[in-house]
Amino acid sequence: MKFIDEYRDPARARALLGRIRQVARHDWTIMEICGGQTHSILRNGIDQLLPPNVRLVHGPGCPVCVTPLETIDRALCIAAMPETIFTSFGDMLRVPGSGKDLFMARSEGADVRIVFSPLEALQIARDNPEKEVVFLAVGFETTAPANAMAVHQAAREGLGNFSELVSQVMVPPAMRAILSSPDNRVRGFLAAGHVCAVMGYEEYEPVAEEFGVPVVPTGFEPVDLLDGILKTVELLETGKSGVVNAYGRVVSREGNPQARKVMQEVFEVADRPWRGIGVIPQSGLVLREAYARFDAEKRFDVGHIAPQESPLCKSGEVLQGHLKPSDCPAFGRECTPQNPLGATMVSSEGACAAYFRYHRNSV
Amino acid sequence: MCLAIPGKLIEIREENGLKMGTVDINGALTKACLEYVPEIAVGQYTIVHAGFALKIIDEEEAAESLKLWDELIKNGAFDVDGELPPSQIGGLEK
Ligand code: SF4
Repeated sequence: MKFIDEYRDPARARALLGRIRQVARHDWTIMEICGGQTHSILRNGIDQLLPPNVRLVHGPGCPVCVTPLETIDRALCIAAMPETIFTSFGDMLRVPGSGKDLFMARSEGADVRIVFSPLEALQIARDNPEKEVVFLAVGFETTAPANAMAVHQAAREGLGNFSELVSQVMVPPAMRAILSSPDNRVRGFLAAGHVCAVMGYEEYEPVAEEFGVPVVPTGFEPVDLLDGILKTVELLETGKSGVVNAYGRVVSREGNPQARKVMQEVFEVADRPWRGIGVIPQSGLVLREAYARFDAEKRFDVGHIAPQESPLCKSGEVLQGHLKPSDCPAFGRECTPQNPLGATMVSSEGACAAYFRYHRNSV
Repeated sequence: MCLAIPGKLIEIREENGLKMGTVDINGALTKACLEYVPEIAVGQYTIVHAGFALKIIDEEEAAESLKLWDELIKNGAFDVDGELPPSQIGGLEK
């Protein structure tokens, strides 16, 4: 398969790995932001192939993990309403709210449907004019253009029975929060390639400059990841910060201007809670006033639902790179993918689930 | 959810006033909205996420960076023990 096989080539991976071993002279902790990259790193054993002085910690870039409990509880509340079809990406259905998850709501009779695109939810709304159709619009900047287009299109068509429960988050404010933490160990970042496909990397330049860190937009295949790690280590060893693009075939400095335009038209920046971490200022997107009629939170008056998180789970520390999943006392004991205590275990992209699946019991 | 996958565009059409297409992702045919890549042509590769094509893959750029790596590998640049100039090292160490 073109654009995949070339980046899984063992000879190239070996060469890049050898180069990293040569270049890395000091101890470095690098964070990959994206949960998809965390999985690829563990699946390919990259964490175990790197020299011991180059450590990867896993970032908060899994939308399933950071979607706050209150959003799940609000979703459950809406899904249980009569004459409502609740739609969502499949991986949100198993995320536990404070009582149950959307799968359980469905088994209790709620009309909960899995879609692969918010445009499918829009089609369900066209086909069912007598019902309210709600889409759970979670995600990072990668998903925001899709969620924005669905609302934009609903407005264009005058679809009165479609709305979105929005929990959109953005990467740069989370990076700032991590770098500003007194416990921070992260010296460089692999930026999520697909977020950068949309947003470009110009917004990382001020972060890199302010905190003196390298930021390297990186793809998802093993050769991409090793190239991103090599570029980060080279910058660190030469005392340089700044943005160096390791995913040129997909990422440009300005990203996708059409997608950014529709995102900006539909959404505006707001404070947003992250599950396990808390509120990060100006880190989320909400529907603009002009599109407020498509806001499910307002339409169904669920904004007051605000449950408390269980104090047992350490996923907040995991998400910020302070703690490895295997260092959590509950990991693999009380907390497993079958019986998850926190969102980083429930999501297939979560760091705890990845550690469990690839048997990183102690690293 | 966040895995955006490369695929080849094989058809362009219109649905509900939106530019749509069919993308071949490793043999699986997937529907994708093309509104964010208006200049895309059949036969080009794109990254698809949540039913949207987000970016046309830059084939020239891809070929160039692969060539560059392979030359470095062939010339043994990645095998020699590359010392870095000590004066430049350590700017970020604490
Ligand atoms: S192992 Fe379970 S309890 Fe521990 S941080 Fe991960 S999700 Fe939370």
